[in-house]
This record gives sequence, structure tokens and C-alpha cells, in this order.
Amino acid sequence: MIKQTASEMGEALSKGEISSVELTKAHLDRIAEVDGQVKAFLHVDAEGALAQAKGVDARRKSGEKLSPIAGVPLALKDVLAQRGVPTTAGSKILENWKPPYDSTVVSKLKDAGVVIMGKTNMDEFAMGSSTENSGYGPTFNPWDLARTPGGSSGGSAAAVSAFEAPLAVGSDTGGSIRQPAALTGIVGVRPTYGAVSRYGLIAYSSSLDQAGPFGRTVLDTALLHEVMAGHDVKDATSISAPVPAVVAAAKSGDVKGMKIGVIKQLQGEGYQKGVQARFDESLQVLASLGAEIVEVDCPSFEYALAAYYLIAPSECSSNLARFDAMRYGLRTGDTEGASAEAVMSATRDAGFGREVKRRIILGTYALSSGYYDAYYGSAQKIRTLIIQDYAKAFAQADVLVSPTAPTTAYKIGEKVDDPMAMYLGDVATIPVNLAGICGMSLPAGLAEEDGLPVGFQIMAPAMQDQRLYQAGAALEAALLSKWGAPILSKAPTLGGVR
Amino acid sequence: MALPTYEEVIAKWDPVLGLEVHVELNTHSKMFCSCATEFGAEPNTQTCPVCLALPGALPVVNEKAIESTILIGLALNCKIAPYSRFARKNYFYPDMPKNFQISQYDEPICFDGYVDVEIDTEEGPKQFRIEIERVHMEEDTGKSLHVGGATGRIHGADYSLLDYNRAGIPLVEIVTKIVPGTGKYAPEVAKAYVAELRDILRGLKVSDVKMEQGSLRCDANVSLKPIGSDVLGTRSETKNVNSLRSVERAIRGEMIRHAELLNEGKKVKQETRHFQEDTGLTRSGRSKEQAEDYRYFPDPDLVPVTPAATWIEELRATLPERPSVRRKRIKEEWSVPDKEMEAMINADVLDIVEATVNPGADPTKARTWWLGEISRIANDQNIAVADLAITPADVAELVALVAKGELTDKLARQVVEGVIAGEGKPSEVVAKRGIKVVNDDGALMAAIEKVCAEQADTAEKVRGGHLPAAGALIGAVMKETKGQADAARVRELLLGHLGQASN
Repeated sequence: MIKQTASEMGEALSKGEISSVELTKAHLDRIAEVDGQVKAFLHVDAEGALAQAKGVDARRKSGEKLSPIAGVPLALKDVLAQRGVPTTAGSKILENWKPPYDSTVVSKLKDAGVVIMGKTNMDEFAMGSSTENSGYGPTFNPWDLARTPGGSSGGSAAAVSAFEAPLAVGSDTGGSIRQPAALTGIVGVRPTYGAVSRYGLIAYSSSLDQAGPFGRTVLDTALLHEVMAGHDVKDATSISAPVPAVVAAAKSGDVKGMKIGVIKQLQGEGYQKGVQARFDESLQVLASLGAEIVEVDCPSFEYALAAYYLIAPSECSSNLARFDAMRYGLRTGDTEGASAEAVMSATRDAGFGREVKRRIILGTYALSSGYYDAYYGSAQKIRTLIIQDYAKAFAQADVLVSPTAPTTAYKIGEKVDDPMAMYLGDVATIPVNLAGICGMSLPAGLAEEDGLPVGFQIMAPAMQDQRLYQAGAALEAALLSKWGAPILSKAPTLGGVR
Repeated sequence: MALPTYEEVIAKWDPVLGLEVHVELNTHSKMFCSCATEFGAEPNTQTCPVCLALPGALPVVNEKAIESTILIGLALNCKIAPYSRFARKNYFYPDMPKNFQISQYDEPICFDGYVDVEIDTEEGPKQFRIEIERVHMEEDTGKSLHVGGATGRIHGADYSLLDYNRAGIPLVEIVTKIVPGTGKYAPEVAKAYVAELRDILRGLKVSDVKMEQGSLRCDANVSLKPIGSDVLGTRSETKNVNSLRSVERAIRGEMIRHAELLNEGKKVKQETRHFQEDTGLTRSGRSKEQAEDYRYFPDPDLVPVTPAATWIEELRATLPERPSVRRKRIKEEWSVPDKEMEAMINADVLDIVEATVNPGADPTKARTWWLGEISRIANDQNIAVADLAITPADVAELVALVAKGELTDKLARQVVEGVIAGEGKPSEVVAKRGIKVVNDDGALMAAIEKVCAEQADTAEKVRGGHLPAAGALIGAVMKETKGQADAARVRELLLGHLGQASN
């Protein structure tokens, strides 16, 4: 039953073939069985999940019209506040903090009757690409437990990939949904900036952060996308417009006559051979389905990584200032006679990990008087150039495509001491964040050399998220018929369940 | 060396001012969340995830605060920016929940304005123009209470308590350009400027402008340069001067302190000073020689403020008459003596008197009612005149009834009591209480004859030409007629009755 898609589970629930309590129990059992190896979860809220499941079963019984994924269990990235449930953002500085309020995403999930089973591991404050920067230890890739699942939403991606949850929520600041989706063989979408409320999403970089859905199919991802998105008065940057018809697009899945632009700068050199091969193959599949493949030029993308590593750390240096031991979270050094400043300093020293400190220092420097124009100011200009590159490219194509990540999943520890190598893994995903547009990663097959999943990235203009699903569903269907079985059937068995 | 006298200071030095005024807006909710803003509530009861800066919480701008700020800008003759942004001012302090303050930096919402103030000088009234650099929005911090230690300051305290009720209250900062050329009048000009601002803000109804509660706070920058020099001296910034009188005292005190240092060949330190109410002196605060780096950058959680030109014009059309102009006009139109004018301003009844005069009441009569009987009742009940259940329309009606002779002043006071007690409009109170002036000369004569018979001795005195004695008889007649007689008519009839010409 846990091998089904979320939409199949939703259907079985609506037909009364199964209850949400049963479905949730089955997933909690799976978590108990395999999460000791995968370590996708930081906190499993079995009691809360079963209570929610019971609630949604009762709502269904009373005849209430429910969302197509009502009663389906989900894994929530620990970056989103959930009332009464430990929420740490992967940081020791928030160990045991229980928010007194729900993030808007959580409210929407609860309203829709989606069952939140627990909080998933992540790079501390979403800073990282491998989940190794978590204050609570790494998550392991279900495809190869010696490898990382990517990050920062590695816990959410691994949970879906390991059948611990059919759906998960992640957040994507520079690729943190798409890259782990690629590395674990699932679908992940970063919606248009402002499409999903950031209220209750613990901020890393406010102008880049965006929560989004993970699923094992394009349709499942669309079903969750529809539940999460929508205007929110509590978020000033939230877009006041109807949610694009993503579910309808995922059901229609058609690329006939669609112009698909291949970004010249995001392929070739620096991309693993097997990654490039699967990407090229997918392009051929799309062409065979009637899409017109064109090449587009985005020269400013060369500077995207540099701009990102100025803007994101700058914003984080300010966003993370609130962790000061005064009102919540960790407090250390509060000894007789210690000043408030000394306590703040000791707490931040003890509570933040190396990567977080690195970025706070980078950002503090970049915003300093005398350096602002050279760093933060220039980065904002590059951002404008990238937006212009996209505008030109979208004048030539309906969607743009690239490999999601230059490589397949790498070994745990392999890049942890080489931040630049780690940062380069986000080269293809970061431009989407800088431009505030939307992007999807879906499985394109396995790289021949290592047998690990490869992600295919689709990008669409702001608030045209339905195009991702329309193109993604078509490619997914064609690849599925080619493979004969979902890609996850090729993943190793964990814990003896198959 | 003794402190120089003020006269010695101004003989040698020319003061340059710069004034920063912080105004707490009186919006019902905070700048970036929906928490209440009531003054004096139990600590930490007016807080939420946003103003406590819980992880994940986001600010959303209070539209009313933007409207109030634009109104202030317009009233101060400022230009209103069609596009402005909020910026984060980053620094750590325990009572600042986010450890950054949302403020405005290089893109303020209002800029380039001025205020004219007038002060009395030996050479007669003199006008000074104070140029406004900018008016911008920001949020207030929480409050720290440092417990233990001698000074009540953070250093040396045993522990500190934090109250975040004030965190996020909308603040508007009004910054002047440097104000040169005020010479010896610098302290008075500064005081007049703050007073004028206070009146303007009160007229706009955007703030309680209570300096003693901190809803209007002034930071005064002062520097001295030798008379005739173009080179500005080093300034000190005196913080949170919380009364008009203190503004004047603080500036005078700083001028003397600077002059003493400069006379001795010492340097003035660029620093923050704290004004001490008891001594009128300032003490050293934080040194500003090493300018703090606030790492300002546009707040990515908020969108730019882009007020439509049509909205700005709508707001401009609602601007009230400038208080100082209005006071002048009213004083002239109603021929109000200085003392009375001052009394009306102090009692804060100008609006209400004007609203009474507008439907046609005599200004002097209207003023007398509000400042006299009605103020007395308000005082007794310990509430504001405006909060009594009597309206300008009621008082206008009352004045009309007295003018028509349907009420005497004494009866009118009973009517006022009735109106305030909730018995209805003046005419209704008159009807309900059966209050009526006795106009029947026959009835009055009967009473006069009765009184004169009872107090024959007094009546004889009056008959003999001792007119002051008539008062007692008139009083007795009034009592006899239950106060419903017109005292003037009683006097006329009484004196006639006793053979004395009346007038």
C-alpha cells in the first residue's frame, strides 16, 4: 500500500477502501523500519499524525467534500513552524523549540486534511546541498546509504524516495528542492516566488526562499502544490493571483507544439557524462512527442553563483540575528554576572554550525559600509541581468530545460571540506531563485557509470507553474513507458519491504 | 574655571541645531502586525509571533501608519516619494526582538519640507524657518527595565526585565536639516519648533503627542562655531528630552557645556548625551566617534511603498488648517484676549468652542460656557471636557435660549447639568424639568412685595438710596420664584417699587 502514488491513495481513501488511520499507520511502520538507516526524520509525531488521520476520517464520514489528497500522510521539512511540534530548522540553536503557531503552509495542509507525520532533516537553516550541515547528523540516500540525498531538503526527498511518505514539503532557496529530488529519483517543484506563503517558514534568504512539494509522480506533486499555494495576507511578498491550474496540466501532459529552450550555459563541460547522456535522451523523447527544441543563450548565468553567495548570506546575516537567547531556543553562558551580550555571543557560538557561521560572516562583510556597493549592490545588478536573460529566453521558448545538478549523488564527506565544490552543485538551479521564477526536477533515468538517478530540470516564467507540469507529465509518461516501471523500483530494498 | 554665562556664550559662539523628533503614531495596531498598542498594558500582553520575532514570522505593513506618515509629510510641506522602501538597520540589543529595526534609510517616504515658527524677542515677534530633511517610518523597540545597580542602566544591573509591548509600535521620525542662524534664540526656537510640531500632529490626530509618555521624543543635536565662521563644530546629541521646557534647557545647557570646553581649548566629543531632568544637565552616553555600521539594506520581507498620486491629493485635501494660523485667525475673529486664548488652548477646548460658534453661537458666550461651568463639571468628574455628554450643538442651543430670554444664566446651568446627566437636548431638559423664566410681572411684584414686607429694614435702606442693599432683596425674590425669574427684570421692578430709578 505504501508503494502507491498519493493520488492512488487519495482515491482509495475517497472510495472507503482504506482509512487514513490505516494508511498513516502503514507509513509510521515503514518509518520505524527504515529510518534508522535513512535518518530522514528529526521528529516523528506519531500521536499527532494518528489524531489528524482520525480527524480526517471523521470529516470524510460526515460527508465533507475533501481535497484529493485528504488523509494522505506527508513529511514536513523542519524549516516550517508547526504548533506544538519541535521545529529546529536543523539547528542546535532551536533544539526543542515548539512554535506557538502554525505556518501558513501547515494551516493549509491541516485544512486540506493532509496528515503531517513528522519533521524532516535538513542542512542547518537550509544552508547546504547535502544535508550534512544538519546539527543533528546527515540523512542517507536510499539509493546508496553511503551517499548524500542532496540538500538542503534532503530529509524530505529521502523520506519520499524510501517510501516513508508519499508526499513531502521542502523549501528551495538555491535548488534545495530540485537538487535532492534529482539525487533521490523523485519529483520536486520550486513554485514561483510568492506563490506559496513564507509565513512560518524559518527564513534563510527572504528574497529567494520558497516552499514547495515533493512527490513520486508529477501528478502527486501537482496535487500537493495546489494545496500549499495561494495568496496570504500574512506575507507581504505573497502573490495575489489565482493558483495556476497545475493539477489539470499534470493530467493533460502534452508537449506537442511546445517550444523547449535548452540553456547553452547549463550543459556540457562540468556535467557528469551520465547526467548529460540522460538529459540528451530526454530531449530526444520530448522532440519525439512533438516539442520543438531550441537553444537559448543566458550569458549572465555565469555570474549567478557569485550573486547568490552574496545575496543569500547577506540576508541570512540579518535574518539569523534574532537567535539571541533572549526569547526562545538555546541559551548558554548565562552564569552569574554574565552580560546580555556575552550570553548572546556564547549562545550563537555554541548553537550555530560552521556553514551557518561562514555565511553569517560573509553576509555581514558584504553589507558593511564601504563594501555594500561592491558586493550586495553588484549582486542585485546581476540579479537584474539574469531576469533579463530569462525574459529574452522565454520570448523564444515556452519552457527552458537543463540537467538539475551537474552530478549524481556524491559520497557523504566527499565535499564537506570543500565548500566551493559543494556550491558548484547548485549552478543550474540557482538562476531560477535569483529570477523568482518556477522550476521542476523530475527523474530522467539512471547514470550508466554509477546507476544513480539523474534529474531533468524544467523552468517556466513566474506564475506559469502549470507549464512545468504540462511538460513534466508528458516526459514522465514517455519515460515510464520506455522503462516499463517507475524508476524507484530500481532502488535497493531497504528493511526487507518490497 | 567657572561655567560661562549664557550671555558670554552667545557673545562668542554661534549655535547650530539639528532636531530629530520621534512620534509614536496612535494607530490601533502595530506597524507590522495586528497587536494592540495601548499604553500601560501589562508587560508582554500585546505581543505575537511577529513582534516577538519568532522564527518564521513575517512583517506586513500597517496601511494606516503609511497614511498617517503621508499626512505628517504633507502638513510639514514635504514632497511625498512615489516609491520608497523599508530597510533593515542591523544591531544587537536585548529589547529589539529581531536584532534589526525596520526603518527607512536612503529612500524615506517624505522629504524636503519646512515649518515656520514664531517666537517673541526683544525686537518683537520673529519668524524662523526650520527646514525638514526627511520624515520616515520605523518601528519602536521593546523596553528594558534594569533591576539592581545604582544607575538603572544596563551596566551594573543585577538582571534586566524585557517588555515587548512597545516593540513594533509605529514611529515616525522627523529630521530637520541643520538649523543655523538662530543665535541667542536657539533654545527658544527649538522649543517653539517642537511645540509647533506637537500642535500640527495633534491637529492631524495621528498621535497622542504626550511627551511625558514618550509618544513624542526629541533628540537635540547642538554644535557651536565661532561667530562669523562657516565651519561647523563637533555636535553632541542629547537623547529623549521629554518636555518642551527640557528642550529649551537641554540646548541651553549644551551650549554652555560646549562653550566651556572650547574656551578651554578642549574638544567637544561627538557623542550621545542623556538629559537629566533634575539638574538640567546632560551626562555622557554612548560615544559616536566610531560610527556604528548598521549594515542597512532593503528589507526583502516587505514590498516598496508606492502611494498613488490621487491618494496623496485626497489626503492633502483633508489637511486641517495649520494650528498656529488657526489660532491667529480665531483670536482676531472672536477678539479673544491673550489670557483667554491661552486658557482655551491649555484646556484643549478650541475645537469644541469653534464647533459651538459655527452654528451661530456668540463666541464669548460659547467660550465662557466651555471654559467655565462645563470645565468645572469635567474637573469634578476627572474627565476631559470632550468626553462629557454635552455637544457643541447643545451649548449653541443653550446660548440661543438664553439670548431669547427663555433661560437665565442660572437656569441654563441647571439645563447643562441635565444634558450632562443624559436627560436629552437642552429644549428637552427645559420641558422635562419644567424650567421656565417667570416673565409675569404680576407674579414678580407679588414676590417683591412679600420680600419687602419680610425684610422691611433692608427695604427701607434701599428706599433711602443705599442701592447695594438691593442685592439681598433680589436674591430673596429669586429664591421665592425658585430661580426662574430674570434677575435683571426683578431688579428693575424692585427698584421701581422702592422709588429708585433702575440703571
